[in-house]
Amino acid sequence: MGSPPLFYKWSSKILPWLSIVSILILGVGLYWGMFYAPTDYKQGDVYRILFIHVPSAILGQSIFMFMAICGFINMIWRAKISGMMLKSAAPIGASFTLLALVTGSIWGKPTWGTWWVWDARLTSTLILFFIYAALIGLHSTIEDKTKADRAVSILSIVGIAIIPVIKKSVDWWQTLHQPSTFTITSSPSMSPDMYQPLLICVIGFYLFFALLLTLNLRNEVLEREKNKNWVRQLFGGLS
Amino acid sequence: MNPIRKQRLYALIAVLIGSLVATWLVVSALSENMNLFYSPTEIKDAKVDEVTLIRAGGMVKEDSIIKDTRTLNVTFTVTDYQNDLEINYEGILPDLFAENAGVVVRGNLKKDGTFKAIEVLAKHDENYMPPEVAKLINEDL
Repeated sequence: MGSPPLFYKWSSKILPWLSIVSILILGVGLYWGMFYAPTDYKQGDVYRILFIHVPSAILGQSIFMFMAICGFINMIWRAKISGMMLKSAAPIGASFTLLALVTGSIWGKPTWGTWWVWDARLTSTLILFFIYAALIGLHSTIEDKTKADRAVSILSIVGIAIIPVIKKSVDWWQTLHQPSTFTITSSPSMSPDMYQPLLICVIGFYLFFALLLTLNLRNEVLEREKNKNWVRQLFGGLS
Repeated sequence: MNPIRKQRLYALIAVLIGSLVATWLVVSALSENMNLFYSPTEIKDAKVDEVTLIRAGGMVKEDSIIKDTRTLNVTFTVTDYQNDLEINYEGILPDLFAENAGVVVRGNLKKDGTFKAIEVLAKHDENYMPPEVAKLINEDL
């Protein structure tokens, strides 16, 4: 899978399946959450926004960790595909983080009484979004793609320190944002008929990310290898 | 692993540790300043003048909400179960504002020890459940 032509061939096979499965699971999760999950005793139906908010926030952070791992591989083994993966994942991670911020804001207005407050959780998540923007910007300023990949690799490894801060912000400081509902040490403080659809949504979001990443990466591979023989042969050009 | 890769690995680990240490230093330097609000106990000991805007937070004490029937004035007590703080507010309260629920208010501390709020935010807890379950839990108590 390490070489671009091999990835392209392999992903062509897996793409239809990935599309069907990810859209299906995402659809089931969201439909279940929006229409079948019970109403919250305190918030009413407004809480349903968490079926989008929570998975996007999880993805925003997971994708950053994924990028840091890609960065590590890219710097040590200099595998071409890891750099492309890094570049393809960045806009998706930024979008999920933005989606988490926007949905959180929409939820915040009716429940807290404000769109935005500068508490530790919200501010650190906004910083995460800015780091994503910096990664995307940095990559596009450097003409040489290999050098751009390396610069972004380093920045993503440096930036990874924000993730534990976001995660622990609600425990370290007094915030308006509520502490985590799901912890490793205790059972979730959410009833099962609410966290079951949420879990499906999270899995759906992960699969949807895999789908988006594959699509982005295929374009990136073609773009960078457009002068290579295998691409020319693939599109019927002269070799 | 060949020597060059090993060297790169060490360099990257150094970068990672450096970044984590730097972040940890920033976090510990910010420490108290990152708190969104002060508890009634902290406010009691603090010397704050009447014009400085501060945020106070805690739980709304049971049976402490007094709503004026003609105006939007409301008085309630915020507690951290050690000290209380009396809040005066004029305006619309958020939907989740209730007794025994978390609240964050922004305003000034008056000389007489009461708090004049210009903004009241409801703090949501991490519990989610359907109304029937909530009812069952309340009956158990």
